[in-house]
Amino acid sequence: MPLPILATNNWYDFRDLSNFSRLILENLDKILPHGIVYVVAVLLGFVASFLIFVLPSQLIVGVYGERKLIGRIQSRYGPNRVGPFGLLQPIADAVKLMQKESLMPLRGDVIVMNIAPLIFVAPCVLLFAVIPFGPRMIIGNIPSALIYFIAVSGLPVLAAFMAGWGSDNKYSLFGAMRIVAMSISYEVPLVLALLGVVLFTGTLSLQGMVFWQRDLNIWIAFAQPLSFAIYFIAVGAELNRTPTDIAEAESEIVAGYLTEYSGMKWGLFYGMDIGYALAASAFAATVFLGGWSFFGLDKWVPPWLIIVTKTQLFYMIFIWTRGTLPRLRVDQLMAFAWKFMLPIAIANLFVLATERMMWVRAFDADLKFVWVFVPINLLFTAGVVFAWARFLGYRPENTPRKARLVNQAGGFIPLGGAKGETRP
Amino acid sequence: MNGAGPVIGFWALAALTLVAAGGVMVSRNLFHAVLFLIVSFVGIAGFFVLLSAEFLAMAQIVIYVGAISVLILFAVLLTPRAGRDNGETAVFPAAALLAVALAAVFLFVIYDADWATITSSPDVSVQAIGDALLDIWVVPFEIASVLLTAALVGAIMLVRTPEEEAEDALA
Repeated sequence: MPLPILATNNWYDFRDLSNFSRLILENLDKILPHGIVYVVAVLLGFVASFLIFVLPSQLIVGVYGERKLIGRIQSRYGPNRVGPFGLLQPIADAVKLMQKESLMPLRGDVIVMNIAPLIFVAPCVLLFAVIPFGPRMIIGNIPSALIYFIAVSGLPVLAAFMAGWGSDNKYSLFGAMRIVAMSISYEVPLVLALLGVVLFTGTLSLQGMVFWQRDLNIWIAFAQPLSFAIYFIAVGAELNRTPTDIAEAESEIVAGYLTEYSGMKWGLFYGMDIGYALAASAFAATVFLGGWSFFGLDKWVPPWLIIVTKTQLFYMIFIWTRGTLPRLRVDQLMAFAWKFMLPIAIANLFVLATERMMWVRAFDADLKFVWVFVPINLLFTAGVVFAWARFLGYRPENTPRKARLVNQAGGFIPLGGAKGETRP
Repeated sequence: MNGAGPVIGFWALAALTLVAAGGVMVSRNLFHAVLFLIVSFVGIAGFFVLLSAEFLAMAQIVIYVGAISVLILFAVLLTPRAGRDNGETAVFPAAALLAVALAAVFLFVIYDADWATITSSPDVSVQAIGDALLDIWVVPFEIASVLLTAALVGAIMLVRTPEEEAEDALA
């Protein structure tokens, strides 16, 4: 007979917070009049999600940690004035944004421009509905959660497009068109990479993928390193983060689709950019890095602590790339998506499908043989990336035979060749 | 599913979809019309959720809201400003006539069809859809994909300008 606080016989299940909330709500339902318990559930969920996720991830790691870490990467202090270590900087920023005047361009489309931030916020909250935070801590355990995630994460692009169009500013429109083109381009390799994961796990449910990884004691990031790499690059481009943030490249087009926004409307875009990056990190941690399981450690540590930690560590990689890499040009990014990522994503999918078939036929679908494919896929990843880069890449020519554009020749070539010899 | 929830949901979604569809027609600005169209697509996805066909709802969002609307937005943006007004044109009476005829056909079908109620709910899981697509319906599925690939290649061939061809020949 399990204790009422446990849902199963495992003694460590009390760490699953859904049992606490279920107990509280069931007992409150006996006392309170009918229906009030839903209001309590909403309040409880709000407080719990704020304490577990929003405060540590969005505010401390997302807003404060990002600025602090980029500051350290760039050899400066970062925020260090407000509060201890500058920890209250997000609050000061929010207060500043709220009292700023909300400027509107005279000829802009007021309605479209005003509802664009709202449409940008809503999908970000919806995305977290399918992220499992524990064996039972999941809001919507739907069977096609992966497609749900892809579908909902395509919606903010529309909001960005509305923002860019409604502003009636040519730089805004440039930014909006760039973000749509980027998102269409990088969606293709991203979905192909996730298809490889689905081939192995045989389920579209994120909870099912976590269970698959926990039962086999393997992370999909090890079994499919190329899928993981493609996902990381593609999602970084879709999130519009700095190595790939051509949609709001301040050195080219003032601030892209955010040019005409100010005050809290800009703040919503800024905050939700971090929110989407966190959602993508949580998704990557769930699909590729084992989710709330950690090779048996989830018996001793609360599962939700593991997934939140993984999310934040993955987000640190985003910050790292943002602080380190220079921004790419728009044509370079497009060419990278279509000429490099898409072919190797298709090759990756082909290899994974073959492996899946071999595994079903030769190993009788015995799941523990999935380890066999880890070294094969690692070698394949290194090989295909190297080979395709050699195939696509060109070496700079010092003495060109015929006239070429500068970018085709691989850089500026002084007349007479690099070594100074005269041309024939 | 029974109780008041699905009924309220159905009428709310119906109102949303119809109001948005009306907005597509009456809005003078083509960009607003596309935005209304997106809202009506989302409403139809909601109907699929109400029918427990969640995979279809996701596909509706991915394809119609995520891809097709964005393509329409691009088309609207890339056409000249003169083409952006959704006002009266010379074909308005013909279009109205066509709309009335189409509505008549739809109403006839709706009232004439024998709407049988199924007793057992069909299997609409992702696995069942995948099995059906790659088992019974594999030929139409493959033909559709070949057609789409041909359309993709054709579109690329159509939009290439002679200057780009010359540039590639040079390289």
